[in-house]
Amino acid sequence: MTVPSDTTVAAYRGQFQAARRSLPGAGQDWADTLRDTGMRRFEAAGFPTRRAEAWKYTDLRKLAKLDLQPAPATVNGLSPVLQVEARRAKAAAHSAVFVNGHFRADLSRLDTLPDGVRLVPLRQLLEAGDPLVAAHLGRVLEHAVDERPLLDLNTAFMEDGFVLHLARGTVLEAPIRISVLTEQSDTPVGVFPRNLIVAEPGSEATVVETHVSVDGTASLGDSVTEIVVGDGARLRHYKRQEDGSSAHHLATILADIGRDATYDNFILTRGAELSRNDIHARLAGRGGDCRLCGSYLGDRRQVLDTTTVIEHASPDCTSRQVYKGVLGDAARGVFQGRVVVARDAQRTDGYQLSNALLLSPSAEIDAKPELEIYADDVKCSHGATAGEIDGDALFYLRCRGIGEAEARALLIEAFVQEALEDLADADVRAEFEQAVTGWLADLGTPS
Amino acid sequence: MLEIKGLCASIDGREILKGIDLTIGPGETHAIMGPNGSGKSTLSYVLAGRDGYEVTGGSVLFQGEELLEQDPEDRSRAGLFLAFQYPLEIPGVGTSTFLRTAVNAHRKARGEDELDPMSFVKLVRQKTKELGIRQDMLKRPVNVGFSGGEKKRNEILQMAMLEPALAVLDETDSGLDIDALKVVSDGVNALRAPDRSFLVITHYQRLLNYIVPDHVHVLSDGRIIRSGGPELAHALEADGYAGVIAEAAA
Repeated sequence: MTVPSDTTVAAYRGQFQAARRSLPGAGQDWADTLRDTGMRRFEAAGFPTRRAEAWKYTDLRKLAKLDLQPAPATVNGLSPVLQVEARRAKAAAHSAVFVNGHFRADLSRLDTLPDGVRLVPLRQLLEAGDPLVAAHLGRVLEHAVDERPLLDLNTAFMEDGFVLHLARGTVLEAPIRISVLTEQSDTPVGVFPRNLIVAEPGSEATVVETHVSVDGTASLGDSVTEIVVGDGARLRHYKRQEDGSSAHHLATILADIGRDATYDNFILTRGAELSRNDIHARLAGRGGDCRLCGSYLGDRRQVLDTTTVIEHASPDCTSRQVYKGVLGDAARGVFQGRVVVARDAQRTDGYQLSNALLLSPSAEIDAKPELEIYADDVKCSHGATAGEIDGDALFYLRCRGIGEAEARALLIEAFVQEALEDLADADVRAEFEQAVTGWLADLGTPS
Repeated sequence: MLEIKGLCASIDGREILKGIDLTIGPGETHAIMGPNGSGKSTLSYVLAGRDGYEVTGGSVLFQGEELLEQDPEDRSRAGLFLAFQYPLEIPGVGTSTFLRTAVNAHRKARGEDELDPMSFVKLVRQKTKELGIRQDMLKRPVNVGFSGGEKKRNEILQMAMLEPALAVLDETDSGLDIDALKVVSDGVNALRAPDRSFLVITHYQRLLNYIVPDHVHVLSDGRIIRSGGPELAHALEADGYAGVIAEAAA
C-alpha cells in the first residue's frame, strides 16, 4: 500500500497538465490513453512509501520532496565525465546516446546496423504512431506486475528512449551500446527514459547500457525498459550504472521470455545516492532461461537496492541469480529476490545467491529471498550471506609483503570477480572490471 | 640475523610462550621440535605478526631491528618469510597475480621499480623450473583446489620468489607423502645460502633427514628445554619426547 503525498502528487499533476499536449504522441488516442492512465494510477498511489512491502527497505521520502524540473533538452558541450562515455559510444560498433533524456543523433552511431535490426529513438516512433510501439508499450507483463507507481509516472511523462527491434532470426554480433548521460544542473532534474526491446524468434543481440551523470546534481532517472524475448531468441542485457553522487536511479525492467529463449541480465551498480533495479522476468514458454546477476559497490551513505521477481510460468525453465555486493562506510544494500514457480512449471531449476561483503560496522545489507513454489517437481535453492573480509586471508597476503590496503583491495576485487564471471562477453567484462578497479582506487584505505 | 630474548606470549589470556631464548646466525639452519601444544605454531605466528597473540614479555631483534612492533607486511619486506602449516585458499586471486603483487611490494619497499609483466613471467618461469613446479598452478586461484603437496610447493615457490633472509617453516612436513616431502625439501635445500637462515619447526624427525639442521632445540610447555646438534633429533626419534622432557625436568 502506498499513500499519496498531496503536495507531490499535485505538483506532478500540474506539470502533466501543462505538458500533456506537447508530449510526443499527443493527439493519438492510444498514446493519450496510455499517459492518462499512467497519471491517474500515479495520482492514486503517490510515491511508494516504506509501508509498502516491496519498499520496506528503501525510503523515497527525500526524492518525493525534490522539486524536479524537466532536464533541459539542449546542452552545449559535455562535462568531462560524460565526454568519456560519449567517446566510448563513438568507438562502439553501434550506439545510441541520450543526454538529459533526449536522443543525440550527433553522438550516436546507428548507420552501422545491419538489415533486420532497427534501433530508433522512442520519440520518433511515438510521434509516428508506430505499430510496434503501439502494440507493446505499456503491455509487457501488464497483468503480471503489481502496483508500480514509478512505472506509471514514467508512462505519464515518457519522452524518449531506445526502441530496439530484431527481426526473426537476426543475429547481431557486436554489442549495441546505449549511453544515458545526465548533464549538471543547478536545479533538480527529472528524466523518464522509456525503452522497448522486441527480439523476434531466433534473434540474438547484446545490449550494453551505461548510465553516467555529473556529481552533485540532484536528479531522478525513472526509467522503464520493456522487453519481449521471442521463442528461441537470446538477449544479453548488461548495464553499468555510474551516476553522480546526488542522483536517484530508479529502473524498472519487465521481461517476457518465450519458449527456449534466453534473457541474460547483468547490472554493475556503483553510482547514485539511491538506486533501485526492479526486475520482473516471466518465463512464459517451455525451456526458457533467465539470468539476473550483478554486483553493487557502495560507500558513503549510498542505498543500492536490487529487487527481482522471476516467474516460472512454464515447465523445464532455468533461472540463475547471483548478486555480490560490497558495502563500505554507512552504505546500505537491499536484495529482495522472489522466485515464483507456477503449478504446472514442472522440472524448474532455480538458483539464487546473494553475498554481501561489509567493510565497515555501519554498512548494512537487507536480504530477503522468497520462494513461492506451487509445482512439485522442482529444484530451487537460495542462499544469502553477509560477512567481513576474511582476516586469515588478509594476514596471509600481508605476510607476503602486500600492504594492508592493497591486500584488502585484492580480496574485495576477488569477491566481485566471482560475480563478473557471469558476464559472457569478454570485452564488456573487461570494461566492468575497470569500473570495479576504479571504485576500489577511490575507496582508498577503508578504516 | 635473529635474536629472541625471553619471549613470552599469550592467547586469550592463556600463556603459551614462557620465555624463549634463541639466536640464529646468518646461513644457519635451526630446527625446533616439540610435542603438540608445546607452542611451536604460536612462536611462528608471533614472529610473523598475526593478530590475536599478545606478547607479554621479551624482545625479538631481526637484522638488528625490533621485529615485534612491525606490521606483518613490513616484516616480510625486511626479509622474514613464514611458510604456513595450512596455507590459505584465496578464491578469485590468481596465483600469478598474487606472486607479482608480492614481489613488486618488496621491490617498491627497496626503492626499486616494479617488474614489468614480461620480466615477471621470465622470473617465475625460471623459479618454477628450478623447483619442478608445473606452470598451470600459476593460472589457478591461490591454493584453491590444491592438494596438500601443491600447497606446500606453492609456499616454497613464494619463498624462492621473495628470497628472504630468514625463512620459518611451520610444520612443512604435515600432510605430505614421502615424494612430496622430498620435492619440498629439495626446494628448501636449493635455497640454502651463506646469508640465508632457516628455522624449521616440526613434530617429527623425518623432515630433518632431508633438511639437515645445524642446531636442534626441543620446545616443551613454552620453553626451550634442550639444545644440541643434529644427533638430538635422532635421540628424540629413538626415545620420544617423554624421555627428554623428563630428563630436563629432573
